[in-house]
Amino acid sequence: MPKMNLSHFEASILFALFTSVVLGVVTKHTDRDRLHYGIYIFVCFVVALFGMGWLMFLGHG
Amino acid sequence: MAKEKVKEEKQPMPPLGVWGPALALGWLVPGAGHLFLKRTGRGILLLSSITIMFLCGLMMRGAMFQPQTGDLLTTLINTGGFIGDLCSGLLYLLTVAFGYNQPDMAGAVHDYGTKFLVAAGLLNLLAMVDVFEIAAGRKD
Repeated sequence: MPKMNLSHFEASILFALFTSVVLGVVTKHTDRDRLHYGIYIFVCFVVALFGMGWLMFLGHG
Repeated sequence: MAKEKVKEEKQPMPPLGVWGPALALGWLVPGAGHLFLKRTGRGILLLSSITIMFLCGLMMRGAMFQPQTGDLLTTLINTGGFIGDLCSGLLYLLTVAFGYNQPDMAGAVHDYGTKFLVAAGLLNLLAMVDVFEIAAGRKD
């Protein structure tokens, strides 16, 4: 089994991508809504990722 | 102050034969329940997303949880994690059968791997709920 070494950022983006695809697929009723919701969730993940990153950076001093 | 109670209409439970096979397939192979119910596009998306996520977790050398009892937090984390892992179905069973499950190691990448493995199972659980709703006629 090959080993995968990812940075925090890469792992978080991958996590966000897969999770938003699944959440988009299972929650809404039309394909258009699913696509929009999937993109929305992904953007939320990325915003939270950068927000929390900056918060930890500034909080660390 | 009087409170108005809103009564939710309880929908009757459909017979097991209607949703059982699709749900079992959906548990065994992520997305297969959707494929069984002729939702091909969604099934392929679920199959690829959940399977790739699980494989990424394995390649990051993530650990599988074993059910443990003890204090509340230990029980919650380990038993919850075990249920999450188990929800991946055949992926989990094959991983354990072929000895690919890793011992728990310290390190950010291993930790991410463990979370990927559990999250893949939990996302499959969401997919199974969706399969049930489609098979029961509650969703398009």
